[in-house]
Amino acid sequence: MAMKEEIVRKIAILSRINVSDDELDNISRELGSIIDWIELLKEVDTQSVEPMTGGTDIKSFKREDIVNDGGYQEKILKNAPSKNDNLFEVPKVVE
Amino acid sequence: MSLVIKGSTKEWEVVIGLEVHAQITSKSKLFSGASVNFGADPNSQVSFIDAGMPGMLPVINRVCVEQAIKTGLGLKAKINLKSVFARKNYFYADLPQGYQISQYELPIVGEGVIELDMSDGQTRSIGIERLHLEQDAGKSIHDLHPEKSFIDLNRSGIALMEIVSKPDMRSPEEVGAYLRKLRSILRYLGTCDGNMDEGSMRCDANVSVRPVGSEELRTRCEIKNVNSVKFVMQAIEYEAKRQVDIYETNGEVLQETRLFDQSKVETRPMRSKEFAHDYRYFPDPDLLPLELDQKYVDKIKQNLPELPDEKKSRFISEYNLAEYDAGVLVSENAVADYFEIVTKGRDPKISANWVITNLFSVLNKKGLSIKESPVSALNLGQLIGLIEKNIISGRIAKDVFEIMVEEQKSPEAIVEEKGLRQISDTGSIEAAVEDVISENPDKVKEYKGGKTKLIGWFVGQVMKKTKGKANPGLVNKVLSEKL
Repeated sequence: MAMKEEIVRKIAILSRINVSDDELDNISRELGSIIDWIELLKEVDTQSVEPMTGGTDIKSFKREDIVNDGGYQEKILKNAPSKNDNLFEVPKVVE
Repeated sequence: MSLVIKGSTKEWEVVIGLEVHAQITSKSKLFSGASVNFGADPNSQVSFIDAGMPGMLPVINRVCVEQAIKTGLGLKAKINLKSVFARKNYFYADLPQGYQISQYELPIVGEGVIELDMSDGQTRSIGIERLHLEQDAGKSIHDLHPEKSFIDLNRSGIALMEIVSKPDMRSPEEVGAYLRKLRSILRYLGTCDGNMDEGSMRCDANVSVRPVGSEELRTRCEIKNVNSVKFVMQAIEYEAKRQVDIYETNGEVLQETRLFDQSKVETRPMRSKEFAHDYRYFPDPDLLPLELDQKYVDKIKQNLPELPDEKKSRFISEYNLAEYDAGVLVSENAVADYFEIVTKGRDPKISANWVITNLFSVLNKKGLSIKESPVSALNLGQLIGLIEKNIISGRIAKDVFEIMVEEQKSPEAIVEEKGLRQISDTGSIEAAVEDVISENPDKVKEYKGGKTKLIGWFVGQVMKKTKGKANPGLVNKVLSEKL
């Protein structure tokens, strides 16, 4: 079933993707058929199954609290489209 | 202690829940090895993980986990042995990953409680809903340029505890008491420095109103990031009145996020994007569930320091202090420690009085913290010892204290140097009393004629003659004998 166009528009905004009006129809149908396909999984009974977090049996690993990273300002800022005085510069975002 | 707002149709009460973001005291960030020091050069404490570079994987900091557990135990809360990290997705310039790693359905700490002592002597229990671990975002700077904002990612990835209360508070006073108590607990535990000026403790308030007597929860507004206890209280008061006005004029309160304007003392809606609240949480595939061992949690519990509530009970039972005095003394760990040194081997009530009245007024006047006190706890204890041994009177002790504040000398040295030792030999006091009597025959006549209240005046005259050094008990005794 095709996805509602208003939902497609909303997802597009949340994903920061520009979708023009004449693309909407096609995307609605494509996303709809993906959802339908995923819906199939609901038919499996998973009531008593814990969510799986990986294919191996490893437990969470913890780091020691040591400073051993950072201190490379120039690398962090290297790809910035615009910078000023070691700060990233972006269009004004103000509340 | 509820805040009741009188409307034109009925009375309203305010319902408040708080979300406090407390920065965890640690050396490095929650998921990276970059430093968390405050005030460093912009973007100098950023790892590729904190900058959201592709292919980087987060690894959790052991100490941050331990600090969250400690805090949970300090809030008498349930520690969840399994918790899960989730991605909270939103788009903003200071969030390079495009999502914040947080905890959603399974937080590390569950329900707990904070006890508040209100100024009217009542106690209030405020429920804690949960505490979860999450990353901080970077810092945006808006006031340097008319069309640009600037981003410093040093704060990006620093570990926060979000501590969510139940909607149990009913007045700005309770909110103030809750924040101060929470800060005190965090400082005792050493899990957050509680410094609101530097942003290491920040607060969002959820506020709604309802008719007095009703149990319903109406639509709430969230007031964001208010950075002092005083401003939170002001913001809530304004917001409650605003909502009452809306209901009284048959309007509808909209669920929205509002900002507090400190200069105008009002809240106003954020220019919010309509999808701002669609966070699309899902378990972070980069991180395994956080699993804890009950033995590990028990060990942390055994090593918890004495917390404000327990310390207060002990001060009341061990030192026989009044409820209020005990409360003041335990509000800060350093103050409590100071008091315990002062009172060692001395009368606790007199010691409490000297700390709360005399020492605090000096510290307030000079804007100093207890740790910067010009008078050491040992010296203040010695001073009280001198009063107790009748070497100086309470009044002279106040003068000695003034000198101690300025000169940082021991009270004994000051007393010797200035010859302030109390006169306790009857001979010299009798001489002074006789002088006063013979110099003032008319007053003596009045006294003998029944004006016995004049005794106070006589004591004053003898004190003047002895430069305040006479033992007041002896002066009284000798006077009543001679008159």
